[in-house]
Amino acid sequence: MKTILEVRNLETTFKQRKTTIHAVNGVSFSLRKGEMLGVVGESGCGKSVSMLSIVNLLPPAATIKSGEILFDGRDIRKMSRREVQHLRGKKIGMIFQDPMTSLNPVMKIGKQMIEALRYHNKLSKEDALKRSAELLDLVGISNPTERLNEFPHQLSGGMRQRVMIAMALTCDPEILIADEPTTALDVTIQAQIIELIKDIRSKLDSSIILITHDLGVIAGMVDRIVVMYSGYIVEEASVDDLYQKPRHPYTMGLLKSIPKLRGSAVSRLSSIDGSPPDLLEKPQFCPFAPRCSFSVERCWKENPALLTAAGESEESGHKTACWVDTRNGVEK
Amino acid sequence: MKQQKNEVVLSVKDLKKHFPVKLGAFGERSGLVHAIDGVSMDIYRGETLGLVGESGCGKSTTGFTIVQLHQATKGQVVFDGINLTELDEKELRPIRQRIQIIFQDPYSTLNPRMTIGESISEPIRAHKLMNNSEIKARIAELLKDVGLKPALANRYPHEFSGGQRQRICIARALAIEPEFLVCDEPVSALDVSVQAQIVNLMQDLQEKYNLTYLFIAHDLAVVRHISDRIAVMYLGRMAEIADKDDLFDRPMHPYTKALLSAVPEADPVIERGRKRIILEGDVPDALAPPSGCRFHTRCPIAQEKCTLEVPELEEKGTGHLVACHFPDLSST
Repeated sequence: MKTILEVRNLETTFKQRKTTIHAVNGVSFSLRKGEMLGVVGESGCGKSVSMLSIVNLLPPAATIKSGEILFDGRDIRKMSRREVQHLRGKKIGMIFQDPMTSLNPVMKIGKQMIEALRYHNKLSKEDALKRSAELLDLVGISNPTERLNEFPHQLSGGMRQRVMIAMALTCDPEILIADEPTTALDVTIQAQIIELIKDIRSKLDSSIILITHDLGVIAGMVDRIVVMYSGYIVEEASVDDLYQKPRHPYTMGLLKSIPKLRGSAVSRLSSIDGSPPDLLEKPQFCPFAPRCSFSVERCWKENPALLTAAGESEESGHKTACWVDTRNGVEK
Repeated sequence: MKQQKNEVVLSVKDLKKHFPVKLGAFGERSGLVHAIDGVSMDIYRGETLGLVGESGCGKSTTGFTIVQLHQATKGQVVFDGINLTELDEKELRPIRQRIQIIFQDPYSTLNPRMTIGESISEPIRAHKLMNNSEIKARIAELLKDVGLKPALANRYPHEFSGGQRQRICIARALAIEPEFLVCDEPVSALDVSVQAQIVNLMQDLQEKYNLTYLFIAHDLAVVRHISDRIAVMYLGRMAEIADKDDLFDRPMHPYTKALLSAVPEADPVIERGRKRIILEGDVPDALAPPSGCRFHTRCPIAQEKCTLEVPELEEKGTGHLVACHFPDLSST
């Protein structure tokens, strides 16, 4: 499969008064055409910041220190503002977590939706509205033409998220980045949106990056998963490999700490001791070492690179950033 | 692990809480939000009753009304033979010593200008239970109980992570040795790996101090793990109450069934193969709840009777209560 997006060594920092927050510390991954990639991690692991870096939507306090972001072979960082603006919305669509704050509350749905169509596709107002109604229909909103005349507060949370998805799809983007699209929703509504994203994928054949903290939500959706911790990718694998044979101690701990919905009950949950590190310093050693039960001396001295996991073939694409072979606990 | 299951410690009888609201752009109309509309349940000493439902179903309002932070519109909360809804503030004071509450957000519920020691000891001072030197020893003991170092007592909340703050909130709730704890989404704001730590801590403390929990949450997997029995609410009314295994293996109410089928699981094989019951539409407005059964607007098996008659919560299996005209009794 052709690679449509490649990120190499991305490093993004935030300035906060006199301190620097190292949000993303050298992240590399690629997205293939037609693929759905999951990015998983807990709050503060840098998953959202890396995605915002791709489309250059970072807040003013943030800077991309280094790295390349190749879209179709061209580095987005070297493009002019105009070119990036052309890319954003037209080639890369975004869906954000909170559908209430991402929609303009004093603008009718229709007016918000046709903005991108008129800007990027130079459609007339009538054509743009017609296309918007089609898109609302696609995302399962009833009476689309009437909805175009409503304000966001007249819609429920699930409906608003559908509108957000429709807006992201307006210009048939080649890549869709969805940042926690279901986190703000209730589980029955979440189930609707999950089905919708799956449905859209099969209809439109777009490449999707799905960012989430919920290992349940993406299990049945994505093809590949990268797991992030403290601004690094610590594991990358196909979805089946990741759930069936996680190899990084963090992924293993994470999967174990999720309470199960079926099977016999356990009296205690296994948890990961401690809490994630603050990001004020770029760690000189493995960032997970203080919480890791496998850690050896080397973990405290050097930061491991993301390499093919021990015993896995390169083709499998199963990579971990760990000094230890977690199958036997021996240093690699 | 939990005996004494026959002594009812708290009993809620036909509890209602309506909030008057102003509507329209200028508040010219008024309405009533039917937050809870006739909730009944018994909680046994030493058990954990999980209370689940989607946002707006009234689960938190139920918790708040039980601890008398909201005044009930109608109905009774009987604790140890005393009806709390009839007591005035002064009469409630000794009761408040025995019932405490833990809130969802450990960031906003700790006073940022008080050291954590001061926060933890505030309930003790409010009830004038100890002198200063005793308080100091008690703080140290409480911090140890929740897995923090006693030396941290003089620090301020901002120096702690989310998980640590929730530990502090738990210590504060336990300070005056309550018997009954309402836990309002205590782990929802936490990351998975930290969530497991807090759940384990709460179970340890329950065993140590023989506490009774009303555990309010929307995460069914967490509730299944920690609870003995589970109550499911929908739009201000109780849909089903049963032992947790009963509820998960043999749900009778169509809403419970849909809820269980909507929760994604962290297993790609299960996820790909599963057939979800997708509920149409959204939860109706609590300002004007539907007639008859509240769930009939979204129910896949609703019939005419459901739109007319309110189903009562009735026992259909051993300890298995359900409020539905057409419950699924196939597996009993």
